[in-house]
Amino acid sequence: MVDITPADAVPPAEVAEMELYHPHSWWTKYVFSQDAKVIAIQYSATATAIGLVALVLSWLMRLQLGFPGTFDFITPEAYYQFITMHGMIMVIYLLTALFLGGFGNYLIPLMVGARDMVFPYVNMLSYWIYLLAVLVLVSSFFAPGGPTGAGWTLYPPQAIMTGTPGGQEWGIILMLVSLILFIIGFTMGGLNYVVTVLQGRTRGMTLMRLPLTVWGIFTATVMALLAFPALFVACVMMLLDRALGTSFFMPAVVEMGEQLQHNGGSPILFQHLFWFFGHPEVYIVALPAFGIVSDLISTHARKNIFGYRMMVWAIVGIGALSFVVWAHHMYVSGMHPYFGFFFATTTLIIAIPTAIKVYNWVLTLWRGDIHLTIPMLFAMAFIVTFVNGGLTGLFLGNVVVDVPLSDTMFVVAHFHMVMGVAPILVIFGAIYHWYPKVTGRMLNETLGRFHFWVTFVGAYLIFFPMHYIGLMGVPRRYAEMTDVTVMTESAHHLNSFISIMAFIVGFAQIVFLFNLIWSIRHGREAGGNPWRATTLEWQTPQTPPAHGNFGKELPIVYRWAYDYSVPGAKEDFIPQNMPGTFGPSREPA
Amino acid sequence: MAETALTHTNQTQARPAGLQGIAADWSSDQRAFKNVSWGKAMMWIFLLSDTFIFGCFLLSYMSARISTRVPWPNPSEVFALRIGGSDIPLILIAIMTFVLISSSGTMAMAVNFGYRRDRRKTAILMLLTAALGATFVGMQAFEWTKLITEAVRPWGNPWGAAQFGSTFFMITGFHGTHVTIGVIFLIIVARKVWRGDYDVGRPGFFTSRRGRYENVEIMGLYWHFVDLVWVFIFAFFYLW
Repeated sequence: MVDITPADAVPPAEVAEMELYHPHSWWTKYVFSQDAKVIAIQYSATATAIGLVALVLSWLMRLQLGFPGTFDFITPEAYYQFITMHGMIMVIYLLTALFLGGFGNYLIPLMVGARDMVFPYVNMLSYWIYLLAVLVLVSSFFAPGGPTGAGWTLYPPQAIMTGTPGGQEWGIILMLVSLILFIIGFTMGGLNYVVTVLQGRTRGMTLMRLPLTVWGIFTATVMALLAFPALFVACVMMLLDRALGTSFFMPAVVEMGEQLQHNGGSPILFQHLFWFFGHPEVYIVALPAFGIVSDLISTHARKNIFGYRMMVWAIVGIGALSFVVWAHHMYVSGMHPYFGFFFATTTLIIAIPTAIKVYNWVLTLWRGDIHLTIPMLFAMAFIVTFVNGGLTGLFLGNVVVDVPLSDTMFVVAHFHMVMGVAPILVIFGAIYHWYPKVTGRMLNETLGRFHFWVTFVGAYLIFFPMHYIGLMGVPRRYAEMTDVTVMTESAHHLNSFISIMAFIVGFAQIVFLFNLIWSIRHGREAGGNPWRATTLEWQTPQTPPAHGNFGKELPIVYRWAYDYSVPGAKEDFIPQNMPGTFGPSREPA
Repeated sequence: MAETALTHTNQTQARPAGLQGIAADWSSDQRAFKNVSWGKAMMWIFLLSDTFIFGCFLLSYMSARISTRVPWPNPSEVFALRIGGSDIPLILIAIMTFVLISSSGTMAMAVNFGYRRDRRKTAILMLLTAALGATFVGMQAFEWTKLITEAVRPWGNPWGAAQFGSTFFMITGFHGTHVTIGVIFLIIVARKVWRGDYDVGRPGFFTSRRGRYENVEIMGLYWHFVDLVWVFIFAFFYLW
């Protein structure tokens, strides 16, 4: 029970209304737009387009692994290039850009009750630099020697040597330049998201009334602003190694009987810098997913989120802890055993806040009025998948278990489950959830259910066997393993099976894209609030929301985001901007 | 001094002092940092991010320096200038540091006069700051030239570990780029002050946002940060 602030106790607006840039032409309205919602759609469309490239690359890899020797055009070099580009595109250019640039831009201003991001012009620049980064990345496919084949972690010294595709050609240079551009562009957007959440909220919106989606995106952005610098520095130094012949990461190497010019550099230094970025990156992708899934579950189970405060602190705690676990990616790099002990301990401590979150999701579902809508299906699929991926994480977080499993398919299966499939399930759920707000129409239900079941079941059929062949000892990153003892007959069969499943799941994504485009015109009219949700983005006067989001008056927030099924209220949801007292709310005091 | 601008209601906000005040601010609505404008908050957070960049650069340098098996060139000899027939160690770098730290002083004065709405003094002091910054970059160019003529290269040098040249050119280059960008923006902001843009609220050319005298202070935050970073580079490169 809590006192709900009466309308007359609303604090005065501390900041004058922000000036919006009013577009004068088609170009400034739809192309060089300063409206966060348009920028969000630009980010999402670009990320999806480059994501399709990554999808095709994964098909090509599965063709080779499932049916080795059948396709002549997939040389070992090409296979390495596919791996590298698939990994880098999915992690950085798709997941990071879509969660923060896409969902962040669309949802933050709407959910905190702001007209726009605090600096719309800088926000626009952020997208255009991101687009430039993507174009530089894509251009490496057409450069002499093709894209880099260094593996998505770009480990030196091999990343810039002759034997690696693109190592002494254009590939690695374009990759590093693209990453540097991405980081610059992201920083511009990220500063906007953080300042908007901290300083741009509407009246009545305290931090502890924010929907968990905003908490997830906000914390992830703060982490990204602190983690990307390490990648930036690593990229600059490797670029100098490659272009100027410095030896930051390059030890003395004899290549093809010839002594290279490099001397005295440390490849391990690169690994530390890379993973100081790389591990927080996992949570930069996961935390927005955590936040979004909390809102999906609460809305579609018509029940307040269980343990809101603990959810917030768990997000913040995971964010902080993720900066002190990076070397668990480097157990086999030859580091001191005490370091392994330290990093294994911190890694396993992360299980505590993560488990709090999983329990709270389940307890939110407990005795809820569960509507099995498509967003809800995806949300529940996420919980299951995330728990699965987390459990294999316990294997890999412990040094003694990790060492024999290193560089096997088990690792591939683990991180695809926890960092690939799980967040992407949330992205799908979120798109089904917010598409009606973005377009005013619902996505097609039948196609959606088809998409869900094929994706969910298919992902398990792909990655469960992959754990198994990993435990059998099948290594990753080998283009061809026909006459090797670890590749038993059954492992070959499983590999073919995984490949066929990958094609089927990939096909379902094409159906999904078709649904996205088809429903813009032909979907069922959604109305302003089809899910009967409480958060501010569903209370806008227009759908899709106009420039400036909220019409003449900014909304005033009187309650938290989770007043569902309050006893005594007329409806089973009370929007955040509705004044008055309705009954026992569960908002924390 | 004029108020830092930022509460639209003209009411003073009664807030408890100390830790309780921080807790009250963070649990309040609208803003976590009361009376901090969006631009200033954004600059602080950017500087935090930039700190991590310089931190990674310097840690990489330290890691390279302590793990090398080849002798590291002696900074007292490498950075000495021959003046009047005798080698004076670190003389150039002492002057450079003095110039840059002085520019922080002129910048602070510019911020002060900005809030007093003294256009003339503000603009002059900002231009003086920019001139000191440009002098610093010029001396850095001189130092680079001297080292290059002595055959120091990013990939090697006559005296020892190759990483000496690589880290030196990379980190001082990255810092010098920061100073250069700062000089350019100092001149832009000084022009706006001189023209009275912040008195009449003239919209910016690119952003179409109206600026305030607070922009001088935000510019100052960046400038002081660049100076502070220099102190660390100075300590780790020249005094170690």
